[in-house]
Amino acid sequence: MRLITKQLASKLLLVFSRLMMLPVLLMTGGQVLAASDAAVDEAQRWGLNMTEGVTAVSREIYDLHMLIFWICVWIGVVVFGIMFYSMIMHRKSVGAVPAKFHESTAVELAWTIVPAIILVLMAIPATSSLIKIYDTTEADIDIKIVGHQWKWQYEYLGQDVGFFSNLSTSQDEIYGLVPKGEHYLLEVDEPLVIPINKKIRFLITANDVLHAWWVPALAVKRDAIPGYINDAWTIVEEPGTYRGQCAELCGKEHGFMPIVVEAMEEQDYQNWLAGKKQEAEELRAAMSQTFSMDELYARGEKVYQANCVACHGVNGEGGLGPSLVGSGITTGPIDNHINVMVNGVAGNVVMPVFGNQLNNIDLASVITFKRNAWGNNMGDQLQPVDILTFKKNQ
Amino acid sequence: MGDHHGPAKGFGRWLFTTNHKDIGTMYLWFSFAMFLLGGVFALVIRAELFQPGLQLVRPEFFNQMTTMHGLAMVFGAVMPAFLGLANWLIPMMVGAPDMALPRMNNWSFWILPFAFALLASTLFMEGGGPNFGWTFYAPLSTTYAPPSVTYFIFAIHIMGASSIMGSINIIATILNMRAPGMTLMKMPLFVWTWLITAYLLIAVMPVLAGCVTMMLMDIHFGTSFFSAAGGGDPILFQHVFWFFGHPEVYIMILPAFGIASAIIPTFARKPLFGYASMVYATASIAFLSFIVWAHHMFTVGMPIAGELFFMYATMLIAVPTGVKVFNWVSTMFRGSMTFETPMLFAIAFVILFSIGGFSGLMLAIAPADFQYHDTYFVVAHFHYVLVPGAIFSIMAAVYYWLPKWCGNMYDERLGKAHFWLSFIGLNVTFFPMHFVGLAGMPRRIPDYALQFADFNQIASMGAFLFGFSQVFFLFIVIKTIRGGAKATDEVWENPEGLEWTIPSPAPYHTFTTPPPIK
Ligand code: HEC
Ligand SMILES: [Cu+2]
Repeated sequence: MRLITKQLASKLLLVFSRLMMLPVLLMTGGQVLAASDAAVDEAQRWGLNMTEGVTAVSREIYDLHMLIFWICVWIGVVVFGIMFYSMIMHRKSVGAVPAKFHESTAVELAWTIVPAIILVLMAIPATSSLIKIYDTTEADIDIKIVGHQWKWQYEYLGQDVGFFSNLSTSQDEIYGLVPKGEHYLLEVDEPLVIPINKKIRFLITANDVLHAWWVPALAVKRDAIPGYINDAWTIVEEPGTYRGQCAELCGKEHGFMPIVVEAMEEQDYQNWLAGKKQEAEELRAAMSQTFSMDELYARGEKVYQANCVACHGVNGEGGLGPSLVGSGITTGPIDNHINVMVNGVAGNVVMPVFGNQLNNIDLASVITFKRNAWGNNMGDQLQPVDILTFKKNQ
Repeated sequence: MGDHHGPAKGFGRWLFTTNHKDIGTMYLWFSFAMFLLGGVFALVIRAELFQPGLQLVRPEFFNQMTTMHGLAMVFGAVMPAFLGLANWLIPMMVGAPDMALPRMNNWSFWILPFAFALLASTLFMEGGGPNFGWTFYAPLSTTYAPPSVTYFIFAIHIMGASSIMGSINIIATILNMRAPGMTLMKMPLFVWTWLITAYLLIAVMPVLAGCVTMMLMDIHFGTSFFSAAGGGDPILFQHVFWFFGHPEVYIMILPAFGIASAIIPTFARKPLFGYASMVYATASIAFLSFIVWAHHMFTVGMPIAGELFFMYATMLIAVPTGVKVFNWVSTMFRGSMTFETPMLFAIAFVILFSIGGFSGLMLAIAPADFQYHDTYFVVAHFHYVLVPGAIFSIMAAVYYWLPKWCGNMYDERLGKAHFWLSFIGLNVTFFPMHFVGLAGMPRRIPDYALQFADFNQIASMGAFLFGFSQVFFLFIVIKTIRGGAKATDEVWENPEGLEWTIPSPAPYHTFTTPPPIK
């Protein structure tokens, strides 16, 4: 009981003290915004409407949206017009005498039938658009998209190319320690790359909870659901960078798992693909290589920043996950540490299973990093082959 | 109509009361308390969203705030407020001495504070309170939920039991306790809409109970109803939830239709236009509400046939809803209008609810919904139907019937000031949300990209204005209860209904002998 009251008091105090900061924020808000003004293009600010997008489907949806919008506006003008007319003309203060009428079957019928006809007129284009959107046949390229807490994984089916895409905005930007960049929260370390004028089919699923893959300019939004594979398609017509976000509440970092699509000319795409394959090849070669402590540490720090800070904190101090500073795992037997990273924690679904999310070099580096960062100073290190051996032996 | 035995003294009066007026009063105060609590949660959200970046709260606490805000407003503020109004008004409107099942009435109120104490206590638990949104989609709310989810489940069960008991009571009262001569088609529309609402509640609350029970089984007893890994189906959750959830939306709006239909004729000094069509429209909306649930799930990957069916059915709801709006406008047309506070709220209700209806029609268009879904456009939409819809109608009702309840007139100047502050606050808060939603801002995010900053800042300022004007409302109500000009028995000019034939304030017992019905 005492514990609860203590917790209660401290939480209330916390919230209260932060609310007290509000006037300060209100006053400084203008400046903070002014600072980011430069970053945001005027045309983008005060954005009022849906984007027309860069595909035939997105334009069709935009047209549908505008059509229905204007129908609603006109109905509104008529109905509210009559209403305001009565409110002005039929006031007691201007001597209006109330009429007696209170029903009319003919009128009731009219305002049942007329809206019904308008609805049918709306339903026709909506149906034809929907049929188009659902036609996922005859795709040129298939890309599997997997939602994870809290990043996207892309796999080019039949190409042996795949990678994770993480938010690349820094924690310092989020917490206001440095100015926010132009694409604040809408930037990733590795974008999805697609060629223009090709029919791309997305096969969308999730690994843990629900997510939704949404890029407004492509007008593609599909829920990513564990155990299901949803499909969607797009043909992008203009090269460019298109940004979107996860659109289904997926836990703590739901606001921090953006999507970036890079659409390019076919030739550029082929070059990119070749580069990726080359990279995979080099990675395979590197698997058997030996790295120096410094190399491991530096690489591990990057891996940690991209994959772990959300739960374990910038300095390993913990948060959603436990503190990694001096913990039984990070400063205990190294095999237990590898096991946690490769297989996750038994009975706990929050700590991801990284065994097949990170490659062996990244696993070796991040483990080495954690064992030597933040005063853990274990002095030991791992090579990719150690991870390979561990995986083989289990 | 004797005053031969009045209320008991002290706290016992409230604890043991079976009097419909006392219970109605308790429901209303409870609802107002939850409205303020839910409002504080909303202000935490809006304060965090005042500018980009994380300033006041951490994302995990932000998610708890969005969840608790939704739950407190839906189950704590709106539904109990309508039950409070039903308790006060239905017996007086049908000429009955009390509710049909007075002891159950006491019970259905008194379990509510426990449900909400249970729910609110989760905020202080290890791992925090529910953080999966008021729609609590699995598996975020099962496998990935904080331990407090079990308390959430029990709280939902208690609220459901309370609503079901309340509904049974209302149905029993309306069907059995009407004064001789009060035929169904003579009942005031508030009674009609509540009768239909009560049936909706009885139909869907058990579905919600089933839904949370399956969650409980998944969490504690090793079943896999909603877990794909165990052979279950996360989409099943959404179907079950929205089979409850969509009728729930109408549960929160049908009684509001009844209130508007009582107030507008009084201040237009003209009988309600199309009474019978209002009844039929309400019944059609209630029926349709059972076959449109999956329009909340257009992006879930349904087969196209399902997609089309739910799109057409949803569009169809616009027809009976339109009929209602047209009827209200025709009631005003060629009336002799005055604009006292209840009328202002009722008119704002019609206009702003219609705007929410328009955005609803846009959302019904499945292909366009691929762009709208889970953005602030949806947030704008449902706040336009719920705040001016449910909340404004409740406020209109309070101003309209408060003089009857406590015998004093409220201060008209203050009432109007409250109206205008709320009206401006509401629009400044929620209108810009249409824009950021269309421009691509997802809902339920604690931080956002820079291009959404301006409108969010405006919305936050509106929210604080709206929030503080409700404290003003509290002040007005207390001031009225404590004193003020005495209200006449009729209160307004020629209002329609039995409740205006009894003295103001309404005696503790009314209609112990049935009134004659013209
Ligand atoms: C989604 C949140 C999340 C992410 C992301 C995450 N972890 Fe964890 N991690 C957890 C949780 C929760 C636990 C505690 C599991 C338990 O003990 O039940 C944990 C436990 C651990 C442990 C064991 C600590 C101990 O002393 O028991 C280690 C080591 C660890 N994580 C490392 C990492 C690394 C390295 C990364 C990034 C590659 C990472 N985690 C990413 C949530 C996360
Ligand atoms: Cu997500």
